[in-house]
Amino acid sequence: MNLFSTIYCMARRDLTLALRHKTEILTALFFFVIVVNLLPLGVGPDPKLLSKIAPGVVWIGALLATLLGLPRLFAHDYQDGTLEQLSLSPRSFTLIVLGKIMAHWIVAGLPVVLITPLLGIQFNLSGPIIGVLMLTLVLGTPVLSLIGAIGAALTLGVRGGGVLLSLLILPLYIPVLIFGAGAAEAYRAGLDMTGYLWLLAALDLLALFFAPWVSAIALKVALE
Amino acid sequence: MSMVNWFKYASPASFYPLAGKLIPFFSAITAILLAVGLWISFFMAPTDFQQGEGYRIIFVHVPASWMSMFIYCVMAFWSALGFILNTRLSGMMTQALAPTGAMFAFLSLVTGSLWGKPMWGTWWVWDARLTSQLILFFLYLGFLALTSAIDDPRRRDKAGAILSLVGVVNIPIIYFSVIWWNTLHQGATVSMTKAPTMAHTMLMGMLIMALAFWGYTIAIVLKRVRCIILEREIASEWVKKNALE
Repeated sequence: MNLFSTIYCMARRDLTLALRHKTEILTALFFFVIVVNLLPLGVGPDPKLLSKIAPGVVWIGALLATLLGLPRLFAHDYQDGTLEQLSLSPRSFTLIVLGKIMAHWIVAGLPVVLITPLLGIQFNLSGPIIGVLMLTLVLGTPVLSLIGAIGAALTLGVRGGGVLLSLLILPLYIPVLIFGAGAAEAYRAGLDMTGYLWLLAALDLLALFFAPWVSAIALKVALE
Repeated sequence: MSMVNWFKYASPASFYPLAGKLIPFFSAITAILLAVGLWISFFMAPTDFQQGEGYRIIFVHVPASWMSMFIYCVMAFWSALGFILNTRLSGMMTQALAPTGAMFAFLSLVTGSLWGKPMWGTWWVWDARLTSQLILFFLYLGFLALTSAIDDPRRRDKAGAILSLVGVVNIPIIYFSVIWWNTLHQGATVSMTKAPTMAHTMLMGMLIMALAFWGYTIAIVLKRVRCIILEREIASEWVKKNALE
């Protein structure tokens, strides 16, 4: 029970804090919507082309929106000393970090998943494809938050942190992007897409196991 | 028979003179191998009946690609060692290796595109190998950016070590995902996997060039690690006494 209560307490605290600064959540969400909506203005309004590129565009938007909130994942707690206190707690620091990552996903990843149907309609996607796209986002965005936490921990308090973070993390996001957008693409082409979903789920498990642990080590290095 | 005491050389103070002694040796080996390798690749290797003289860039391209992949693994090795044994020299070695690795990755991309233009008529294709080489280059850039942004040497070593270990775990995942992505999007594919059977002299030339690149890497990394040691240990007694005479 101790295990889950640690994660739960940490996630609830971070969510409460996030809900008291709603603009931060909404900024990331509208950034996502605007990035995705800029694309038709760049490539033209042809519905066929748009429905072809939509999954890739939504996925790249999701990647960027996740990145936007990552520098804040540990920064506030680092500045006011909370993070140091948390690292001294007798409870597992890895689980505390996991709680923070889950809160980040609920704040940054989940809204992206929920607003995707609206964007799907704009891009002329059919209902089932929107469903598949949402499924890949539900499976994939936690990996983005988990891997992103490693980058956020490594760049904590480093000058030029935000830009540096994207340089470190974006190459590591490539498999998620490929499998996520690939599943929707395969479904559209009438191919079997279960393989992609299993791979995304495998990435979830791998990241869930390793990322909080590695982030906790990186945070301890930053706190030394 | 006593074992070599490796830990003796884990101390920067005793590694510094050893590196100084090894540099001329490896530089000489590199010079000889490079001369032989270039002579084989330009004069001895037969002209390819399909690709003409243009294929000769392979003697730089292939060894550079090998080195770029290998150096990242060596970086990960030093990083792991630094974490396990907590040796300061490991972090310095990792950082000394990174610029050379990035240089080879870049060289491999440039020579690849120079080779691609006359052979396939295009500078760049989104082939799995090209794409994953590009991503490897990005990983090197990320490592260089992170380590140069952190001022405190201890934190720089540890953060760099974590990043290179995360990178080396991810490289196979990225590589296979790019391969699958490539097979899904069957575009204008250029088959690169069907390597033509290679003449014996060509293979020889390539191996000698690869060894020359190895020698170069060792020499330049030792040189660089000596600079890093001096930079970090400038306040210590042994540097004032021995190294700066």
